[in-house]
Amino acid sequence: MAELAAVERSELAALIEQIRPTVLSGERVLPVTSALQPVFPLGGLARGSRVALRGTGAASVCMATLAEASREGSWVAVVGVAAWGWAAAARAGLRLERTVFVAEPPPGQWGTVVAALVDAVDVVVVDPTHQVTASDARRLAARSRERGSVIVNVALDDGRRRFRWPSDPDLTLSVQTLSWTGLEAGHGALGDRVVGIEADGRRGAARARRVEVLISAGGVVVEHVPAAGAPGERAATVRHLRSVG
Amino acid sequence: MVAAGISAGEQRDIPTRTVVVWCADWAAVALGRPVDRPVVVMKANRVVATSAVARALGVDIGVRRREAQRHCPEAELVERDPEREARVFEPVVAALDAVTPRIEIVRPGTCLFPARGPSRYFGGDEPLAERLIATVKGEMVVPTAVGVGIADGAFAATLAARRSAGTDRAAVVLPGCTPEFLSTFGVRTLGHPELVDVLARLGLTTLGAFAALDPGDVVARFGTEGAAAHRLARGLDLRPPRLTDPPVDLDVEYLADPPLERVDQAAFVAKALADDLHERLGSRGLAAVAILIEATTTAGHVVERRWRHDGALSSTAVAQRVRWQLDGWITGTQGRRSLGAGALARLRVRPTEVVPDAGRQMGFWGGADAASIRARRGLARVQGVLGADAVMVAEWNGGRGPGEQYRLVSVDAVAVADDEAFDLAPTGPEPWPGKLPDPPPALVWKPPRRAEVVDEAGTMVRVDRRGACSGVPARLSVESTSWQPIVAWAGPWMTDERWWDALAHRRRARFQVRTADGDAHLVTLESQRWWVEATYD
Repeated sequence: MAELAAVERSELAALIEQIRPTVLSGERVLPVTSALQPVFPLGGLARGSRVALRGTGAASVCMATLAEASREGSWVAVVGVAAWGWAAAARAGLRLERTVFVAEPPPGQWGTVVAALVDAVDVVVVDPTHQVTASDARRLAARSRERGSVIVNVALDDGRRRFRWPSDPDLTLSVQTLSWTGLEAGHGALGDRVVGIEADGRRGAARARRVEVLISAGGVVVEHVPAAGAPGERAATVRHLRSVG
Repeated sequence: MVAAGISAGEQRDIPTRTVVVWCADWAAVALGRPVDRPVVVMKANRVVATSAVARALGVDIGVRRREAQRHCPEAELVERDPEREARVFEPVVAALDAVTPRIEIVRPGTCLFPARGPSRYFGGDEPLAERLIATVKGEMVVPTAVGVGIADGAFAATLAARRSAGTDRAAVVLPGCTPEFLSTFGVRTLGHPELVDVLARLGLTTLGAFAALDPGDVVARFGTEGAAAHRLARGLDLRPPRLTDPPVDLDVEYLADPPLERVDQAAFVAKALADDLHERLGSRGLAAVAILIEATTTAGHVVERRWRHDGALSSTAVAQRVRWQLDGWITGTQGRRSLGAGALARLRVRPTEVVPDAGRQMGFWGGADAASIRARRGLARVQGVLGADAVMVAEWNGGRGPGEQYRLVSVDAVAVADDEAFDLAPTGPEPWPGKLPDPPPALVWKPPRRAEVVDEAGTMVRVDRRGACSGVPARLSVESTSWQPIVAWAGPWMTDERWWDALAHRRRARFQVRTADGDAHLVTLESQRWWVEATYD
C-alpha cells in the first residue's frame, strides 16, 4: 500500500501516456466522400466531435457526409428526425441495414437515450426540439470523445423552434443550395443540384473553408467546378446532351 | 458398418438417429384459415410462406407482393407473425409429448427428438412414424401435410421429413445409409446462398458431389462455414458430438411474485432471463445451441419445453423463444391451456447443449463484426429505456409516394430474420411504375405540412379530373408563413390509387416547385387541399 501511495501522480500520468494504445490518424476520423473532404479539417468526420449542419440542403449534405462511413461498416442512429427520407438516404449510399431510427425520446430521457446510442454506434444524428441541458451536453461530449463517436446535429426547417446548445459544436457546416437543374416554369423535373458548404469551427477548424459540390439525381457527390457562365448552367447542358444522345 | 463417404476414423462421429416432424407451410397454417382459402405470408414485401392452395395457383416463395397478387388476386396477404406460429404449435408439441419426452422445437412447425428410445418402444421406426403422423394430424385445426423423417442426424431427417410430407407415410432412411440418401439432393438445401452459388459454378450441384471433396480442401477454400456445410453434406452433424454435459450452474431462474398471468409480463421476464443466461455463458466463452425452458405453476405442475437452433442462440433469440413459449403456455389456443390450472410461479432456463462461442459465425462471407455486436448491445439498452419497438430500421416496401417506399419496422423483427433459414434475395429499391423521378426527397414530412398555392391573381390553384390546372402556380405558403414566389414548377403528376376500393381510394396531383428562397418542395393537391408532402432539402 505504502509503495503504491508513493508513486507520484505525475509519474502515473506519464505511465498512462506510455501504455495507452496507439491511435492512428486514420482511426481518428470516419471517412467522407472525396468531394466533401476539403471542408473537414482532418479530411473526415473527427471521432469524438460534434458537427452541426444547417441551411437549405442540410439533410442531403448530412446523408452524403455519412454515406462513406456507413459503407465502411459504421452504424448510424437517427434520433427524432421523423422526416428523414429513407429513399434519399439509400440513394445517397447509407446502408439501411446499419442505420437505425429512434423516435424522439421525451426530453427527460433524451440525454440517456442519446448517450446509450453514442456508446453503441459511430454516428448519431440528432435534432432536439427542446433545450439540451448543460449536463446532457457535457455528458454527451465526454462520452463521444471516449467512444470515438460523432454527433451530427441537424436543424431542419420544419417550422418549429430550435434552441441553442449550451456549448458550441466543433464544426459547423452551413449549407446553401445554389442551383437546381431540370426544373423550369411548368415543365421538367428536379435533377442535379449544386450546394455550397461553408465550414466554421473551433480549434483546427477555425480557418473558414468552403466547397461547392454537385449532388446528382442519382446521389453521386462530385466537386463542382463553376463554369464561366452562371453556376448550374453547364450541368444543365450536359444533362440535356445526355438525354438526347 | 462403415457407410460410404465416411472414413473409419470418423465412425464414432455418426450422428444420433433423429426423428423430425415437419408441418408443411406452418406460417400459413398457423393462421387457422379454411383449407380452401389461399393465404400468402409476407415479410419485407416478399412471400415467405403460402398455403397449399395459393401455391397451386402459382405463388412461389420469394416473389414480391405484386407478383403474388397477380397470380392469385383473391389471396389473403398477411404479415409474418412468429409469435402466433409458436403459440399455435404448442398444443401440437404437447400432444407429441405423449409419444416421447425430449422433444426439441427447431422452429415453429418443426421439431425433432432422438429416435432410439421411442422407436424401440413402439416396435420400430415405421410404427413410430405412423403414430406420430396420426397424433399431429389429430391436433391440426386445419388439415395440412405432415412429414416425418427418420435418419442419422437432424439435417438428413429434416430433408426426409420434407420429402415425405403429403404422402402420409414416413421417410425412413436406414441406419448408415444417410450419405447415400443425401447425395441426390441439390446443394441448395444447405442454405448459404453465397456458398451454393459458388458450388453451382464449380459444377457441384448435388450434395453427393460436394461431399466427395476432401475436407481439408473445403476448409482451405471456404473457411469454417464451408467446412460445416461439408459436414452436413457428408451426413454428419454440424459439429462433432459433445462429450461432456454443460455445467449445471448455468441455469437461470426467475421466481415470479406475483405469479405471471399475462403475456406482456412474460416478455419482460423473457428478456431478463435471456440476458442473464447470455452473460453467464459469455463469461465462460460458451454459447447455447439448445435450451430447456421449465415452468412451475402455482398449482405445482411442472411443464418444460426444449428449443434448438443450429447456429448459437443469441440473447435476442433466447428471449424470443422464452417469450413464445410463455405465450404458448399462458395463452394456449382454442381455449385449451396446456399448462393446466394456475399461473406461472417459477421459471427456469437451462442450456442443454453448449458450444464454444466462436464470436458468432464470422465466416468467409463476413457476418457480425465488432461494430455490429457493439451496436446491437447498445440498441438493446435503448430498447430497455424506450420499449422494444422504439428502435426501428427501414425496410423496402415499394410504392409510388416518397413516404411509401420504405417503412420502419422494429429492429427485433429483423433480428428474427437473421436466424431463420429463408434465403430471400436482398431487398432493395426496384423499378416501380409511376414512381416519382429521382432524386428522392431528403425530407418526407409525417404528417404532411399544410400549404397554400395560389396563382398570380391570388386564387387557389385547382386541378380538374383530367389534370388541367386552373392557373399557373405563382406563390407558395407553408403553414401560413410568408408567401414565397414560385420560380420553377412542374406538374401536375396525377396518381389515382386504389380506385377499385371506395375507402382506400386516393386521387392526388403532385407538383415539384422551387421557390425564390432556394427551397424545393413536393407539393400535393388532394381533396381541394394543398400539402407539402416532402422537401428536397
